[in-house]
Amino acid sequence: MALIEVDSICKRYVRRARTTGRGAALRGLFVREKVVTDALSDVSFTIEAGELVGYIGPNGAGKSTTVKLLAGILTPDSGTCRINGLVPWEERREHVARIGVVFGQRTQLWWDLPVIESFDLLADIYRLDRTHYETTRDRLIDRLSIGPFLEQPVRQLSLGQRMRADLAASLLHRPRILFLDEPTIGLDAPGKLAIRDFVRTINAEEGVTVILTTHDMDDIEALSSRLMIINSGRIVADGAPSILTDELARNREVVVDVTPAHGGEARPPEGTLAAALERSRTRWSLEGGRFRFDVDPTVLSVPELIRLVGEQYTMRDISIETAPIEEVVRRIYARTDGGANAPTASS
Amino acid sequence: MTGTRLYWRLVGISIRSQMQYKVSFILQSLGQMIVTGGEFLGIWALFDRFGTLQEWAFHEIAVLYGLANVAFSVADALTNGFDSAGYLIRKGEFDRVMVRPRSTVLLLLGYEFTVRRIGRFLQGAAILSYGLVVSSESGAPLGLVGTAATLLWAIVGAVALFVGIRIIQACVSFKTVQSIEVMNVFTYGGVYASGYPFTIYVRWFRMLFTYGVPLAAVTYYPALLLMGRLDPGGAVRWIGWVSPIAGVAFLMVSLVIWRFALRWYSSTGT
Repeated sequence: MALIEVDSICKRYVRRARTTGRGAALRGLFVREKVVTDALSDVSFTIEAGELVGYIGPNGAGKSTTVKLLAGILTPDSGTCRINGLVPWEERREHVARIGVVFGQRTQLWWDLPVIESFDLLADIYRLDRTHYETTRDRLIDRLSIGPFLEQPVRQLSLGQRMRADLAASLLHRPRILFLDEPTIGLDAPGKLAIRDFVRTINAEEGVTVILTTHDMDDIEALSSRLMIINSGRIVADGAPSILTDELARNREVVVDVTPAHGGEARPPEGTLAAALERSRTRWSLEGGRFRFDVDPTVLSVPELIRLVGEQYTMRDISIETAPIEEVVRRIYARTDGGANAPTASS
Repeated sequence: MTGTRLYWRLVGISIRSQMQYKVSFILQSLGQMIVTGGEFLGIWALFDRFGTLQEWAFHEIAVLYGLANVAFSVADALTNGFDSAGYLIRKGEFDRVMVRPRSTVLLLLGYEFTVRRIGRFLQGAAILSYGLVVSSESGAPLGLVGTAATLLWAIVGAVALFVGIRIIQACVSFKTVQSIEVMNVFTYGGVYASGYPFTIYVRWFRMLFTYGVPLAAVTYYPALLLMGRLDPGGAVRWIGWVSPIAGVAFLMVSLVIWRFALRWYSSTGT
C-alpha cells in the first residue's frame, strides 16, 4: 500500500458574493448570490514512501487546498484519502503527530521566544521523550547551522535563519512525511541553497517523504524526482521532471556562428541543408553570421543538423539549449487553463 | 505532557513575552483601570444624587458590579485566543493550531493570558471588597468562610459563563471571519447589565439574561446571599447557592458547539 493515497477528491468553495449596483447593499441583506469555485476536481494520486514530490501550479490552482486536505485541516466534499492508513480529517490528532508542516509565509515558532525555547515547547506539545528529543534537536541544530542564533527571539531572525529554524521545528517529532509550502519564498540565493541541500539530505539519508509546493522552478530542478502540476483544480501532469521536458518541450535551440566559405555575408542554406530543414519543418533564422535553429530532435537529430551546416559553412561556435522548465510549465498552464488563471506572459 | 501542565507552560510563556514590553503593559493596565473606574464613578454620582435605586443601596450595587467585573476580567484574560479567532483565521494562524496534535480549545486558551486585564480585575476587586465590608457591617449573615465560599463559587460560574460566550463568539467568527461586535452585547453589555439588580429591568430583558445567557444565575442570585437580601421577585433564598451551575452548563454547551463549528470550518475552509 502506498504511503499516501488520494482518490478522486473534490473540493468546492461556496462564497457569498457582494452584489453591486443600485440598492445592492440593501438587497444584500436579503438575497445573497453564491459563487462556487471548484478548488479541486477529481484529484487522484499516490505517493510512495521516500519520494520527493514537487507540486506546482499557478496561484489559486488548488495547491494549498491539497496541502490543507493532506494535513487534516480541510475535509473534502467527496473522495477519499489515506495517509499511513489514517484519514487525515477524521483522525486529525493522530495524523498530525506523524507529519511535519512548514508554511513558508508564516512561522510556526513563537515570535517572542528564543528559538531553543520554541523547540522545547514543541517537544511538550508533541509529548516527546526527553532524550530522543534532545538527540534529534541537536542534530537538526547542527545540520541547519542554527547554533549561532539559538538564543535569539524569533522576531529578530533574518528570513533565511527563520526558515531554517522552522524546518528544524517541523522535524523535531521525527515525522515520516514533510509538507513544505513554498519553503524558499523570499530567500536569497545562499538561503535557497541551504534549504534545498537540507531537504535533499533528509529525503535521501533518512527516507523522509517530502511534498514541496513552490513557484521556484530551480527548487524543482534541484530537488524533485517527481513533478505534479495542478491547474484549475486538476492534476494536468505527473512524472519525472525530465520526462515532462522530453515530452512537452523536445525542441532544442541550436545556435551556430558561421563564417561563409568564400568570404562576405553568409548566404541562406542551400542544397542538402535547405532540404533537411524543409523536410523537418525546422524554424530557423540567420542574422549577422549567427544561425538559430528550433529543431525537434526526433525528426532531425542535432548531430545531423550540425554535420549539414558544416558542409556548407565554416563553424566558429555551437551552443545547444533545452527549453527551460519555466517555459515548459508556462506552456502546460496555458494549454490546460480553465480560464480563471490565464498566464500573463505570451509566447 | 498533560493538558493541564501544557496549559500552564503556555501561560507562563505568554506572560513572559508580554513582560518584554513592560511600559506598554503598565500603561494598558492603568488605562483599563481608569476607564472601568470612571464607569463606576458614574454610578456613584447617580447614587450620591438620588440615594437609592428602587430600594437598593449603593454598597449593594458595589457587590453586583464588583462581582461581574472580577469574573469578566478573569474570563477576558483567559480567552484572548478565542476573542482573536477571526483575526487568526484571516491570517492563516488557525491552520497552525490545526496541525498540532492537541486539543484546539487547549491551544487557543494557551494562545495568550492577557495580563493587562489586571486593571479591570483590581478595580472590580476593590469595589467588591467595599461592598462586602459595608454589607457585613449592616448584618450580612454568611460569616467569613461562608462569604468566601459563596463568592468563589459565584466567580467560578461567572467566569465559565463568560468563557462560554467567548467560545460561541469564536464559532460565529468561523463563518463571518470578522470579529463580530454583536457578541459584545453579551460580554461587555452583560458585565454592565450585571452591575445593577436584575429586578430593575423589563421582563424580556430579565428573561434573556436568566434563561438565555444565564447571567443572573452567576451574579445576581449569589450576590443576594452575599449582601443578605431576599429577591424582591420572590425567588427562594438558597437559589444563589445552586444557580452558578448554570454558568458551568453554559460552558459545556459552548464546547459542544465548538466541535460542530470546527467541523464546519474544515468543510468550508473559509
